[in-house]
Amino acid sequence: MLLRHTSKEVKVREGLTINPAKTCQPIGAMYAALGIHGCLPHSHGSQGCCSYHRSTLTRHYKEPVMAATSSFTEGASVFGGQANLLAAIDTIFAVYEPDIIAVHSTCLSETIGDDLQQMTKKAKDDGKIPEGKYVIYASTPSFIGSHVTGYANMVTGMATQFAESTGVKKSQFNIIAGWMEPSDMREIKRLAKVMGINIVLFPDTSDVLDAPQTGKHVFYPKGGTTVDELKSSGDSIASLALGSVSAEPAAIALEKKCKVPFETLDIPIGLSATDRFIMAISKVARVSVPEEVTTDRGRLVDVMCDMEQYLHGKRVALFGDPDQLLPLTEFLLDLNMKPVHIVSGTPGQRFEKQMRQLLDERSPATNFKSGLQADMFLLHQWMKNEPVDLLIGNTYGKYMARDEDIPFIRFGFPILDRIGHSYFPNIGYGGSLRLLEKILNAIMDRQDRDALEEKFELVM
Amino acid sequence: MMNDEKWCTCGACKTIGFQPRRGSIRVKGEEIPQQYFKGMAMEQIGILEGRERQVLEKNSDVAQADIACDTSSLSGSVSQRACVFCGSRVVLYPVADAIHLVHGPIGCAAYTWDIRGAVSSGPELHRLSFSTDLQEMDVIYGGEKKLYKSLIELIEQYKPKAAFIYSTCIVGLIGDDIEAVCKKVARETGIPVLPVHSEGFKGTKKDGYKAACHALMKLIGTGSTEDISKYSINILGEFNLAGEAWIIRQYYEKMGIEVVATLTGDGRIDAVRRAHGATLNVVQCSGSMTWLAKEMEEKYGIPYIRVSYFGIEDMSKSLYDVAVKFPDRPDIMEAAKQIVSEEVKTLYPSLQKFKKALTGKKAAIYVGGAFKTFSLIKALRSIGMSVVLAGSQTGNQDDYARLKEMCDEGTVIVDDSNPVELSKFILEKGADLLIGGVKERPIAFKLGIGFCDHNHERKIPLAGFIGMYNFALEVYQSVMSPVWQFAPRKGGTL
Repeated sequence: MLLRHTSKEVKVREGLTINPAKTCQPIGAMYAALGIHGCLPHSHGSQGCCSYHRSTLTRHYKEPVMAATSSFTEGASVFGGQANLLAAIDTIFAVYEPDIIAVHSTCLSETIGDDLQQMTKKAKDDGKIPEGKYVIYASTPSFIGSHVTGYANMVTGMATQFAESTGVKKSQFNIIAGWMEPSDMREIKRLAKVMGINIVLFPDTSDVLDAPQTGKHVFYPKGGTTVDELKSSGDSIASLALGSVSAEPAAIALEKKCKVPFETLDIPIGLSATDRFIMAISKVARVSVPEEVTTDRGRLVDVMCDMEQYLHGKRVALFGDPDQLLPLTEFLLDLNMKPVHIVSGTPGQRFEKQMRQLLDERSPATNFKSGLQADMFLLHQWMKNEPVDLLIGNTYGKYMARDEDIPFIRFGFPILDRIGHSYFPNIGYGGSLRLLEKILNAIMDRQDRDALEEKFELVM
Repeated sequence: MMNDEKWCTCGACKTIGFQPRRGSIRVKGEEIPQQYFKGMAMEQIGILEGRERQVLEKNSDVAQADIACDTSSLSGSVSQRACVFCGSRVVLYPVADAIHLVHGPIGCAAYTWDIRGAVSSGPELHRLSFSTDLQEMDVIYGGEKKLYKSLIELIEQYKPKAAFIYSTCIVGLIGDDIEAVCKKVARETGIPVLPVHSEGFKGTKKDGYKAACHALMKLIGTGSTEDISKYSINILGEFNLAGEAWIIRQYYEKMGIEVVATLTGDGRIDAVRRAHGATLNVVQCSGSMTWLAKEMEEKYGIPYIRVSYFGIEDMSKSLYDVAVKFPDRPDIMEAAKQIVSEEVKTLYPSLQKFKKALTGKKAAIYVGGAFKTFSLIKALRSIGMSVVLAGSQTGNQDDYARLKEMCDEGTVIVDDSNPVELSKFILEKGADLLIGGVKERPIAFKLGIGFCDHNHERKIPLAGFIGMYNFALEVYQSVMSPVWQFAPRKGGTL
């Protein structure tokens, strides 16, 4: 009863956040930057920020996560962090030898007014950036938005600071990855190949945060979107942004800078979102959907039909990030399940509107809150008042699942106590089938556990 | 071995893909031209410029300068260190019946939510995450109101025994008067509300320890010391990870000694308040709590001793050293001897199997505090292993002098290291095991060597006599695991 202190009565809180369903911007920027090949993320702030982000990402991926820090001291906080950043750029290129340094700010450097654009320009003017190397930046104040915002800002930075328009279109499409796992990004690339289109996927953390054991500790694993690919994104025919919060800002920036038209889609989690993704590729690239993809879809639909009886009416509470929650909620509704409570700490009017619209149409009674005080404490209170059959969310959900004794599926970021997310996708028809299998296992295992002896059945 | 000019001859450089760049390497301030890299001793290269004095390889034949430490990290290094806030947070975290409110943007509270396995036998308020989640408007107009409201809401909701309020980086900049808010709330609610000045940039993790001790010092002396035995101690710097404080407490209680407060493992506010009634302070994690011990000595005249509960030798000594302080009660020493003899009688034979398998194996140690390193070196030796790399994030001058004295010839000693250095030295010295924390673990596994977490994430008690057994077992299991036969090890040879 770890959360024994959670009271059932929901009171309006004005200041306090308890058990947050979000974290701060810089970690998202760090994660995104790891999806560029040969890139060392750099945290412009106190040492602790970088340490916490690396620890969290290390726990989530069980992989070494490299990032440098400006190591702010009191002096830097009074006189500004420019000297620290310039010294850091020297040190990093001399010792760690990345192709790219991706600098993100923190609440500290933002509050004292450090201007990363001006500082990176100064570094360039002072000749601190060797030939063929790059320093990009993203402003990621921790007191605005959430980790998802930080991710979006860094991905936008990739688009604005790398993309070039040569005037000659290339026969390729950009797929801008919303916050997803290396496994999901790998699956996107596989699907594009099967569909027969050339893509630039960015960022791309596959082969970076799911690297094999080789007996070596490699600072820059082989994966990640290359600089050449990022530059060429300005010449692509069109962009598909997967996720309106985490990916669309980059697509907008790319349209503005290089006139690459874009379409925003949900991350392809579940049947409907994957359908839209496949159809969008088909439409924009003028390719037909290959047999292989249609068969994959058929298999997913087959299982959805076979197992519908075990899922209908099951009540679900979920929490996480906007771009995952939207398609996931839709998938649950497609499965005839009932999303009862939905919480996201990430604020955003667009997301609010999209989710409300989905729920108004198909599940008007659902409790939904995002932004300030949309935390796990509130979700837990809701669950106490209206119990559920299943909880879906990141590792922190385990406390609620244990206290309320309900099945729990780990989904989202961070997952600190299980593996799998880096290796097996949750997107596309195959990934959705895996997600469906997880949901079924969780619910049927519980049914078995709770069944009276005479009701404990071989064939359920 | 390598023909390729651009790699040095050690082999390790190439293995980790580290290529020294022309003009970028300095040894003791001298720039080393590229042509000299070939054949250069491994330990001389790859050290960050400006870090030469924080790394040394023990060599008794020449006079060696002291290691430089207590410095802030170089900008741009991939340091394994954390910040002031982190130091305060880990020290106070185990106080289980207080609320811990992080005043700042959400991250600092999110990353420190239940990250330390500091076990409580009762309330578990410490395992929740509370934040004022400061927003842009709060940064502009100040966060005092939000802090006040949050505190009132929290205290109403949880009825804690006390509240700790942690300042984060920006609180130090926007000028919130935390002290005033805390005073006001304390007055209105009747519980101690203690500000912890832990702005991340205001020093190193050690300054965070001090800020935490400062908050504790305000509590100590506010409780009744009635009924406290003359034969009593406080245990400082024991955080009850995996229930270690319970094991240690039991030994002392068996000796007839009253443990007034454990700071802060399985901590309770009421116990902290009466800690000044103890006769002796026993300081285990020296890095975090020596300051508090000194303060208590000055203010309350309580002497302190430094101990360590890791390994047979240090564990036994920590019982004897306490017993010696109560000379008028020879039965206490007798009991200590009895405990040691009983424990060692069963422990020693059980370690021999591990020793047999591990003899000749080499270990690298990179942990938070230096005092732990001393114990680990002894503990590893007792199971046949030698230490080829020893380092810490926060050791001081004395620690490193002692470390140098303890280590074998050729052992590399580092302060505030980074993954490049660690990987290089591990490969060069042929370590079979790395002892470290969360960020070091995957590095060990990528290099194909065993790992033991001796930080926050240890899941089994490593302190006490039983802890030594657990430690040996963990090391044995990891180093001797069959998985390594499938993994290319130590730089690419299967």
